[in-house]
Amino acid sequence: MPGSILGTAVVRVEDPDLLTGRANFVDDLPISGVLHLTFVRSPVAHARVRSVDMADARAMPGVVAVFAAEDLGLPPYQGLMVLNPACERQPLATDKVRFVGDAVAVIAAESRAAAIDAAEAVVVDYDELPPAIDPERALAPDAPLQFEALGTNRAAAMHAGSDDDVLAGSDVVVRGRFENQRIAVMPMEASAIAVVPGDDGNGHDLTVYVSTQMPHGVANKLSETLGLPVETIRVIAPHVGGAFGGKPGLAAEHLVAVGVARHLGRPVKWIETRSENLVAMPHGRGQVQYVELGCKHDGTIVGLRLRIVGDAGAYAGFGGALALGPTRIMAQGVYRIPAISFDAAVAVTNTTPMGAFRGAGRPEAAALLERIVDLAADELDIDPVDMRRRNFLQPSDFPFTTVVGTTYDSGDYEAALNEALRHAGYDELRAEQRQRRMRGDRWQLGIGVSAYVEVTAGGAGSEFASVTIDTDGGATIRVGTSAHGQGHATSFAMIVADRLGIAMDQVRFVQSDTSEVPRGGGTGGSRSLQLAGNAVVGAADLVLERARQLAAQLLEANPDDIVMTDDGRLAVAGVPASALSWERVAAAAADANEPLAAEFDFRQEGATFPFGAHVAVVEIDVDTGAVRLLRHIAVDDCGRILNPLLVAGQQHGGIAQGVAQALWEQYVYDEQGNPLTSNLADYGMPSAAELPSFETLNTETPTPLNGLGAKGIGESGTIGSMPAVQNAVIDGLSYLGVRHIDMPCSPQRVWSAIRDARAGTLPPVWREPPPVFNSTRDTAGAGVAAEAADDIDI
Amino acid sequence: MTELAAKGRRSPEVASTLHVNGRAHRLHLDSRVTLLDALREHLDLTGTKKGCDQGACGACTVLVDGKRVLSCLTLAAQCDDREVTTIEGLASHGVLHPVQEAFIRHDGLQCGFCTPGQIMSAVALLHEGRAGSDDDVREFMSGNLCRCGAYPNIVAAIRAVAARGSG
Repeated sequence: MPGSILGTAVVRVEDPDLLTGRANFVDDLPISGVLHLTFVRSPVAHARVRSVDMADARAMPGVVAVFAAEDLGLPPYQGLMVLNPACERQPLATDKVRFVGDAVAVIAAESRAAAIDAAEAVVVDYDELPPAIDPERALAPDAPLQFEALGTNRAAAMHAGSDDDVLAGSDVVVRGRFENQRIAVMPMEASAIAVVPGDDGNGHDLTVYVSTQMPHGVANKLSETLGLPVETIRVIAPHVGGAFGGKPGLAAEHLVAVGVARHLGRPVKWIETRSENLVAMPHGRGQVQYVELGCKHDGTIVGLRLRIVGDAGAYAGFGGALALGPTRIMAQGVYRIPAISFDAAVAVTNTTPMGAFRGAGRPEAAALLERIVDLAADELDIDPVDMRRRNFLQPSDFPFTTVVGTTYDSGDYEAALNEALRHAGYDELRAEQRQRRMRGDRWQLGIGVSAYVEVTAGGAGSEFASVTIDTDGGATIRVGTSAHGQGHATSFAMIVADRLGIAMDQVRFVQSDTSEVPRGGGTGGSRSLQLAGNAVVGAADLVLERARQLAAQLLEANPDDIVMTDDGRLAVAGVPASALSWERVAAAAADANEPLAAEFDFRQEGATFPFGAHVAVVEIDVDTGAVRLLRHIAVDDCGRILNPLLVAGQQHGGIAQGVAQALWEQYVYDEQGNPLTSNLADYGMPSAAELPSFETLNTETPTPLNGLGAKGIGESGTIGSMPAVQNAVIDGLSYLGVRHIDMPCSPQRVWSAIRDARAGTLPPVWREPPPVFNSTRDTAGAGVAAEAADDIDI
Repeated sequence: MTELAAKGRRSPEVASTLHVNGRAHRLHLDSRVTLLDALREHLDLTGTKKGCDQGACGACTVLVDGKRVLSCLTLAAQCDDREVTTIEGLASHGVLHPVQEAFIRHDGLQCGFCTPGQIMSAVALLHEGRAGSDDDVREFMSGNLCRCGAYPNIVAAIRAVAARGSG
């Protein structure tokens, strides 16, 4: 066997189509006779719907049909998971609208322009109700109720961890109230679906092209919701223009599109506009965190008390469950914490339903820990790095089960931090910071550190792959994951090249089509390489075993004596002249009427836990509050690396999104629930001009849980960067007495903090949490959602 | 609005000749049709992407007479008798443009949706002579958003082409 390709930087095989405009996304597909759908959406956050007058719209040229809820009679919509069954969502609103953007009717027209014009002609009579927008205020006893029958806006609540006073025995307790703000997912391709109803001649009654992370998830949910046999539904995800947690299976609009197509018996498509995307695609994050950390004088952590308010948005969006699941199970982070008390309460609010955004509950956990550890270091006058070192879990501790019951597979947290500090030149940076402070420079330096651990492939832990040797001697891989920028066509071909000696350009890659791939969990939760990658390994090894038997027959040798040659052929050991090509072996298999192919379902016994450490260096203009990110150093450990090029790309993207949350992005509503950031001009997504080139490094601590030794890398960059950057901004102003600034650390907030610090009027970092937590310990029934949320892969 | 809508408000069709990637197309389109929609819906050139339709994301960037424009904010009728270059017209005879090559080598893309716009913008930027430093590239590529966050590699790809002087 020649030197392995694994671990080397291989450029992507999927690039040429994308670079030349040949790659098709949903809206690029030619579908003859397709009708265009446009939704009529609520302009108010909370109202009773008195009537929907569609007569004018129906009479307009080019309009084929206009439907309100009762015209389609669709069953209720269910997202990725149900947080509270009493908060049921109809795919088109019936009695009430519950957020700005809630769909009330849908137009089907011959052209997009005709559909948009007709949508403006639908007259909806809204009887406005007071909305509940802020999640904490939504939990107050006098808040307007979104679901009157529920009798509260509290969609779920739970208590976990210790029942005792976890702060007892502390010398010092530091307290902080932190907001982990609501963020828009903002894939550059918004939602998109095309539905072709009717017999396709291959046993399907419904063909759906959809921009999704989970084609099988869409098929299964459609089958479940509409009562159709799943084998009659074909779901295809063509190229997908980014997802980041925002396209996890069926969306409410998808259900409507399918309903309309079946009702009319004509193909339809819905291509979401950008403004629509910003109110309709579920948002991410949205937690208010009350954090108390008890320490000894020397910095040793004694205990952690957490009380978290989660915002589920309207209809108890599944993102509200992330506080109960991932945030809770990662609450101990990288530290020895002897006792944790965890409470969470999740509110329904009259805002866009919450879903997942890169990290999905884990960045929220890392952010609160890294912020409170910095606050404690500040309080105890310990360097933030030393504070972390004194409390890190040690390599000899693994496998390690935390006090919240999570079992970490492997890790070396201090090594990652040391590498980040070495690369950053931490001591020199501190020296420069001191100099700037002494000189009273206008641009002050801030240095932020974070250490994190996260969880990947925590879901069902299984994935499908098959490998087939084609008659030309090439191979075809089929996988149940669904790449949309991650580079799976490249990484999985590398695995086949490594195992079978077949050149990468002879490897074909099939994914994202339920008629081609029998089952699959899709791509999310940084699961793909460790699950599907190892499934490809398993299938390739089975193929090789069978090929050796065939070769042994052809060469009249013992299968045990068949080896692979350096040039990827099969030969009797020591007799290179006997070598058979894959083409020859495949022909023999075909002659035997047994195609040379194998399927493999890889099941991983438990989740893996990537980790790392980041250092952010910012400059802060103390006159204006402007912040510039000068450098960002990331050491991310995702186990054994298969393709460093792809890993660096994931780090870059993750860091960009974490930095963006720390400094710029926030989805804002006014008090009436009107979105104030519903286009790319108002919403602070960064361009190249705002971001430096990141310094990405890795340590490699393989997981024992799979043969490749791989953990996920998709979300690490976000989880590590967000707290590092926030800490850097606050660190830069600590000499003024600033102890906390909520994200995003916008110029306005930074400037206000500087002004308040100088005036001695800084607001407190802590206030008592709302009374909702008085009853979270005796809440029954919320455990179901929490358990389900543990297993979520988005 | 309703009254107008009910009348099926149409503005007059205009005839224009678009020279796209070296081919002339005679079009009769509603005067409100954007260049982006003309390319995608009337000429079947779907390589140019619609990311926002509001001139804020850059995914629809094409070249008109060699200058980069946002095709979602440009009316097709404005391009009468002008040379339009889209992503489909960049590679010649199957040979990728140096910017396309550099995007592969430097991993300047992930999902690929913003990529046609990034590449067209980069090609123009190199002609404009604005790729002299990393900071210049960042600034003059700031109209092209990438949610995958491939910016560091996009900058590296463009700088590499600039260094070779083959843009």
